[in-house]
Amino acid sequence: MFYREAGDFKTSYQDDNQTFPIKFDRYRYYAVLFAAFAVIPFLVNDYWVNAIFLPFLIYSIAAIGLNILVGYCGQVSLGTGGFMAVGAYAVYKLMTAFPDVSFAIHVVLAGGVTAIVGVMFGLPSLRIKGFYLAVATLAAQFFLVWLFNRVPWFYNYSASGQINAPVRTVFGVEVTGPTAEPWAVYLFCLVFLTLCAIIARNLTRGSVGRKWMAIRDMDIAAEIIGVNPLTAKLSAFAVSSFFVGISGALFFGVYLGAVEVGEAFGINKSFLVLFMIIIGGLGSIFGSFAGAAFLVLLPVLLKNVLVSGLGWPTDLAAHLEFMIVGGLIVTFLILEPHGLAQLWRVAKEKLRLWPFPH
Amino acid sequence: MPDQLIFGMEVFLNGLMAGVLYALVALGFVLIYKASGIFNYAQGVMALFAAMTLVGVMEGQVPFSHLINAVLGTDVHHFGWHLPALIGILTTMAVMVGLAWLVQKIIFKHLVGQEPIILFMATIGLAYFMEGLGDMMWGADIKKLDVGLPQGINIWIDETTYGIFGYGFFIDNLDIVATIIAAILVAILVAFSQYTKQGRAMRAVADDHQAALSVGVSLNFIWVMVWSVAGFVALVAGIMWGTKSGVQFSLSLIALKALPVLMLGGFTSIPGAIVGGLIIGVGEKLFEFAVGPLIGGATENWFAYVLALIFLVFRPQGLFGDKIIERV
Amino acid sequence: MTLAEDMGYTTADGRKIGGVVMEMKNITLRFGGVVAIKDISFDIREGEIRAIIGPNGAGKSSMLNVISGFYVPQDGEVLFHGKKRPQMKPFEVAQQGIARTFQNIALFEGMSVLDNVMTGRLTHMNSSIWSQALWKGKAEREEVENREICERIIDFLEIQSIRKTPVARLPYGLKKRVELARALASEPKLLLLDEPMAGMNVEEKEDMSRFILDVNDEFGTTIALIEHDMGVVMDLSDRVVVMDYGKKIGDGTPDEVRNNQAVIDAYLGVSHD
Repeated sequence: MFYREAGDFKTSYQDDNQTFPIKFDRYRYYAVLFAAFAVIPFLVNDYWVNAIFLPFLIYSIAAIGLNILVGYCGQVSLGTGGFMAVGAYAVYKLMTAFPDVSFAIHVVLAGGVTAIVGVMFGLPSLRIKGFYLAVATLAAQFFLVWLFNRVPWFYNYSASGQINAPVRTVFGVEVTGPTAEPWAVYLFCLVFLTLCAIIARNLTRGSVGRKWMAIRDMDIAAEIIGVNPLTAKLSAFAVSSFFVGISGALFFGVYLGAVEVGEAFGINKSFLVLFMIIIGGLGSIFGSFAGAAFLVLLPVLLKNVLVSGLGWPTDLAAHLEFMIVGGLIVTFLILEPHGLAQLWRVAKEKLRLWPFPH
Repeated sequence: MPDQLIFGMEVFLNGLMAGVLYALVALGFVLIYKASGIFNYAQGVMALFAAMTLVGVMEGQVPFSHLINAVLGTDVHHFGWHLPALIGILTTMAVMVGLAWLVQKIIFKHLVGQEPIILFMATIGLAYFMEGLGDMMWGADIKKLDVGLPQGINIWIDETTYGIFGYGFFIDNLDIVATIIAAILVAILVAFSQYTKQGRAMRAVADDHQAALSVGVSLNFIWVMVWSVAGFVALVAGIMWGTKSGVQFSLSLIALKALPVLMLGGFTSIPGAIVGGLIIGVGEKLFEFAVGPLIGGATENWFAYVLALIFLVFRPQGLFGDKIIERV
Repeated sequence: MTLAEDMGYTTADGRKIGGVVMEMKNITLRFGGVVAIKDISFDIREGEIRAIIGPNGAGKSSMLNVISGFYVPQDGEVLFHGKKRPQMKPFEVAQQGIARTFQNIALFEGMSVLDNVMTGRLTHMNSSIWSQALWKGKAEREEVENREICERIIDFLEIQSIRKTPVARLPYGLKKRVELARALASEPKLLLLDEPMAGMNVEEKEDMSRFILDVNDEFGTTIALIEHDMGVVMDLSDRVVVMDYGKKIGDGTPDEVRNNQAVIDAYLGVSHD
């Protein structure tokens, strides 16, 4: 009844091009932003931040990144874990080499480094397509993890082979290290996520986004109508890896604090992020959020219900989680290939006409 | 003869034998791909699942015992029997056929005509599901698998090579047996797909679903059949690998090794799978032997992929794949 | 070629046709042992509607693919505005101002009609990725300017009501029209239409014919088209190339072609009595 576009006329193409053309959506968006920036930071404690908010924010960035590559440009990548590792190790090297520079700058630079690596591993996409490419990106995954594991320069020759995030600040507030306040790390990641989401949205609604989608939908036709596949694909790899690199940097620096590469950025991480965008919705920024939220909350929920509630052993709950996630992936691919985002869209379509559908 | 060369030969032989096993796993992929266009990422997990089931059946484990105990508060673990390997293998095979039927019925029947990449992602989902299912049925602990295959150093080769080179090659009996079995299996599979009626039907389905349907080939039957054959291949691979290094999660990673084999050989080519397997097997062992120590070792993790990747950039259709002609 | 010819000619309905825009010289195209096009030469003049006809498998679509750079001929030259065209990637050909539609519709199914038409403007949009990321300055301005051009095309082809509909939901006839809109959006110098009326009913064919004539008339676009419907071809086109088995068997005005014995033989079969 309140969700209406009737009467909400657009008089210019700028108005028609905005992200939330419907007034109600726009107000809701402002409300969410307000809550996220001005309400939640006062309410969160350590458990909420570490169990839910940080992983959600960080995985959302990774999911947006991967969604640009897979959902918008149609190039399936199984190397997300490896690229997150690049972000993590880049930020680690930067943090330790330039301790006086703001950590925020390090994170952005780490994204830039990852973008370059991403473009390198994206080069084969010009020759190979579909799951050939998907399998080829596994080369990135395995090679990068091996590299960070075996070449001591990357972990500063530490005896354990791990990397540990030293304490770093942004505007004088600690955001890494064990003593960082929950609200600070939350806000820090939130700012990055918000910026990434806005940039992703802007890119996908303009000509770059159309080039990506043209390549995704029909690459040969795209080339014949004037899309240069080289720049289109590589720009997708670059932007995608940039976001994934940022998420990797935050995952290591802010969230975990200490990382062993094979464990934190193994192939399972690649699949996890891929699953997020399949469940959330390919080719949808909102879907990236939804998928990340879903797969972050699911284990927490299972743990609370099964382990704390019913007293199951932890490993049993973990096995069940695997089955549920696998089953969901198959279910979504069969029933709703566009994921939660599509379910949401359908709900909105219905809501538009409610309560008089005819 | 210089020592390095002799060591190199030993490495080469070991690589060749590893390559035959890769080829075997890769064949499982090729069969399903040729018949249904599905690139089955779950092949490795199927091998793990088959090996787990085999151990479970032979040891008389109660399936889902952890779950049952957790839900009902009981304390069941074993039926208290030990079955001979043959019965275990037959039972496991029956389970794999049942699984093939279920996979076809529940999943892929509903995905007919979808894009290959969607099917591929569905098999990743399937792999996750089966990994969880296997652990839940049989427990996630490392299990020992012994179906009576010979193990240990082959004395004859050791002594013969010592006589010739003054250095005894270390070649495991298990590897030799595995190589022979794999080679036989490869031969049977090739013969099956080339010379039997079912094999011909299978190739017809691969070529064109609609056309095959119209001449009276049952798609469902063919697909259940290839998934069963793939399940059988998975079982054999599971037995080999399980005997060698125990039944554990890492077993499912052999499938990941088969992927570059396929990229190298071309997804649709049986000879490609064999040659590709041998190249990767020998290549990664020799590379690790020659270059590995210089750059930190454990290069087997990525060598196959990078090799396949570089190769693909120059020849996107693989060694034996058909040339891709694009149309609009 | 005499000078008088090079200056163009005037059609029966009084339109002025200009000089040669595109010239194909002795094009030969082979796939392995199969010769798809054998030593064919013809030209396309500014402002004219040029038809390529011929039985199935005559090599017509291959010819369009050569023009749009998708196939590289083993032999022969393509001259664009009198200059020999070096070997180019298809997207470079598009950037030179050659747009096309496809025999089997090649729209971007995951995008809306408007977005599909906007892809036709991609060759004209060049704001940097940075500007687009911030959606400020050139990117936003460019988006609006190009949107206006696309909206004009959308009005012209009367598809306003479906502009935000996902292409996948459209019926066949409308898809064909959207594809034409996408090609027109790039304001091409040369428009290639590969069977624009295939699979349409009479009414749809009439609509499409009218659009093709209007495009040629209002924008002065040079058009080369492949079509099977002889009535349509003879009505629409100024000059016709006839192909059979990869060879050119006729070239001229519709009337000339209609009376050409080789063409009659190819279409009606040769009597063997």
